[in-house]
Amino acid sequence: MEAQEVQKNMSNDLSTHSAEVKRRMSKRLKKRQAAEKRFQFYGMAAIFTGMMFLVILFTTIISKGWPAFLQTSIQLNVNLDPEIVDPSGERNVDKLMQANYTKIARTALYAELGGKPKNRKTRKLMYKLLSRGVDVQIRDVVVADPSLIGKTVPIWLYAHGNVDALLKGAIDRNTENSSRLVKDQQLEWIDKLVASGKMAKQFNWGLFTHPASSQPETAGLGVALIGTFFMIIIVLLLAIPIGVAAALYLEEFAPKNRVTDIIEVNINNLAAVPSIVFGLLGLAVFINFMGLPRSGSIVGGLVLALMTLPTIIIATRAALRAVSPSIREGAYGVGASKMQTIFHHILPLAFPGIMTGTIIGIVQAVGETAPLLMIGMVAFVQDFPTTPMEPATALPVQIFMWATSAERGFVERTAGATMVLLAGLFVLNAAAVYLRRKYERKW
Amino acid sequence: MNKFLIGAVAVLSVGTLVSSPALADQRKHVSVAGSSTVLPYANIVAEEFKKAFPKHKTVIASGGSSKGIKLFCQGLGEATIDVANASRKMKEKEVKKCAEKGVKEIIEVRFGYDGIVFARDAKSEWKNFALTPKDVYLALANVIPVGGKLVANPNKTWDQVNPAFPKWKITAYIPGENHGTREVFEKKVMRAGCKEVGGEKLHHAAVVAAGKVTAEKKIKKAAKKLCYKVRTDGASVDIAGDYTETLGRIDSNKQGIGVFGLSFYENNTDKLKVATMSGISPSVETISTGKYPVSRPLFFYVKKAHIGKIPGLKEYMEFFTSEKMIGEDGPLAEYGLVPMPKNEFDELNAAIKAQNVM
Repeated sequence: MEAQEVQKNMSNDLSTHSAEVKRRMSKRLKKRQAAEKRFQFYGMAAIFTGMMFLVILFTTIISKGWPAFLQTSIQLNVNLDPEIVDPSGERNVDKLMQANYTKIARTALYAELGGKPKNRKTRKLMYKLLSRGVDVQIRDVVVADPSLIGKTVPIWLYAHGNVDALLKGAIDRNTENSSRLVKDQQLEWIDKLVASGKMAKQFNWGLFTHPASSQPETAGLGVALIGTFFMIIIVLLLAIPIGVAAALYLEEFAPKNRVTDIIEVNINNLAAVPSIVFGLLGLAVFINFMGLPRSGSIVGGLVLALMTLPTIIIATRAALRAVSPSIREGAYGVGASKMQTIFHHILPLAFPGIMTGTIIGIVQAVGETAPLLMIGMVAFVQDFPTTPMEPATALPVQIFMWATSAERGFVERTAGATMVLLAGLFVLNAAAVYLRRKYERKW
Repeated sequence: MNKFLIGAVAVLSVGTLVSSPALADQRKHVSVAGSSTVLPYANIVAEEFKKAFPKHKTVIASGGSSKGIKLFCQGLGEATIDVANASRKMKEKEVKKCAEKGVKEIIEVRFGYDGIVFARDAKSEWKNFALTPKDVYLALANVIPVGGKLVANPNKTWDQVNPAFPKWKITAYIPGENHGTREVFEKKVMRAGCKEVGGEKLHHAAVVAAGKVTAEKKIKKAAKKLCYKVRTDGASVDIAGDYTETLGRIDSNKQGIGVFGLSFYENNTDKLKVATMSGISPSVETISTGKYPVSRPLFFYVKKAHIGKIPGLKEYMEFFTSEKMIGEDGPLAEYGLVPMPKNEFDELNAAIKAQNVM
């Protein structure tokens, strides 16, 4: 009876307070909900800011870079005069390589523009409409098909970088003649050639196939693409087996003691070491001590592999740890040995994580220039490497070198090459996402 | 365990394969490294060289004069570079270091001159843009003499330096300490201005008064060094990067003044307006005749011991110094190199033929 009374009193008390409590509760609830809303807003703002910067970055790069995929050329009827190309008539390739093709190109240009100017200065202005690399273009045509010698063939020849820049708007027509890089007289010729359809912008395949060049119009990413490819292969071949083996041992077999602790701390430290330090190491160990060739993509690959190792080890260990203990226990339960458990059950399940880590590591390595500076890969290389032992450059290196060049045409090419690099990185990152999705298993 | 063993063996074999010197067969290309100022010239030469000698290969690495010389002096042999590009003369210290490592016979090649210009944005208004070393010194030096005393540079705007100048806030983008260009800027502009306004004498007196060094030679050196000091209050900005960075800075600060190489300016005449220095406007002609005061020679250094061992090295050296390349009508002059006078050119070619060493 008493107890009931007390309860009643309490509930009375409560009910008198209940309005107050409810009010407070709803206030608190509102506060909590507002906090959640605010947090969501902060998150969205953060994403929005990030996206905005990304959009700004992409629009500036793409708006600056797309002209790099076009190149102005001039179509000329080139007379492959045997007197100049092959006076001996032997069709000897070595001799064909040495002929004065510049003269042939200039003669064709003079003919197109109404005769060779008498004045030396005018003549110079005229032939400077053409790139310094046109001789190689004609040479390649002749060497590929010597039967053309003696004939007149129409060939699209590269226009000078400044002419190209003018047509793309990078050089302003309205600046005064004295300071403009393309002179009034040249403008006249250019307008004439454009009007007759002899000068036009074409897709710039050379951007992907040409080696480095001192002139923007003949500069390409050829050597850099090959060098980057070789380095990716070397990184894959070295860093994955070593990294995964190290991670497996540390995670599954190694005893927990001071030595393994030290190793673990050092691996994590290694991931934070500035990349130029790896370049110094590469110079000291691979070039000076082992005698590997300077500027070779093998050294670059080795240095980048070392750089990627910590990333792969850390990612692999995390992936191994993420495999559910029940899998391990199940395997032990049916009598599998430790090796069998790891290789038959754990490793396949950790695979998507390992792949993601590896690809992120490689993406990082592909974008590196600093370590390559020390080993002589930031260089002007004109010869296509056929093995990793030969000198090569890499994509970011080429971007860096173009960014520091004085000619106007390199500005757009820098952005264009950045677009190529970004496209490559995008493909790699997409591959990482795809692999993870495909092999990811839920339990 | 088998798979693991196989893996370990594979890793080891890849490692040994990679490190075995048997694979690194004889180097077939000429290896060059050094100055970023010389780089574009060397690139043009390498490109033309490849056309003339399709069988020979070259690799031209960048990195700066000092780094190039350091690599050059690492010793002899295929693992080391053959040619070092430099935008300054090799220092005695460096020659000594080279000799210690066995690089005793060095062929020094001075292949032309490079002018250093002061420029502003082409769109900004500064009528009669004429500077003198004195103006630059008074605008940029850390301390300047005022009434016979050295005081912290009080000049905030250009019209305080010279009433003929506009009322622009002083901001100059000068090459950083890592550039060879900085040395020329210091010697030919800052020190010249310092001497003119009597700053060096005052520095000299101050060093003597401080009494830390007593030898006259050392005092002179210290006074000279003090003349080089630029102000640190933000009016003078060191650019560690390349001229493209300086151009970018000027583009965003229309009242800024930048220091460029002549060749860079010649490729950007529509974006930059150049200043006359002591009344002389910089050009290939005024620099080659020595009228324009701020210029410097460009060099490359060749290891004599490598000639004959590295295919193409001798040809590269001779091709670089040929009339076709560094002459008045050559592609290097077109890019902005100031060619040497005829007598110097002949002297150089005779020295190259004889392979004279330093």
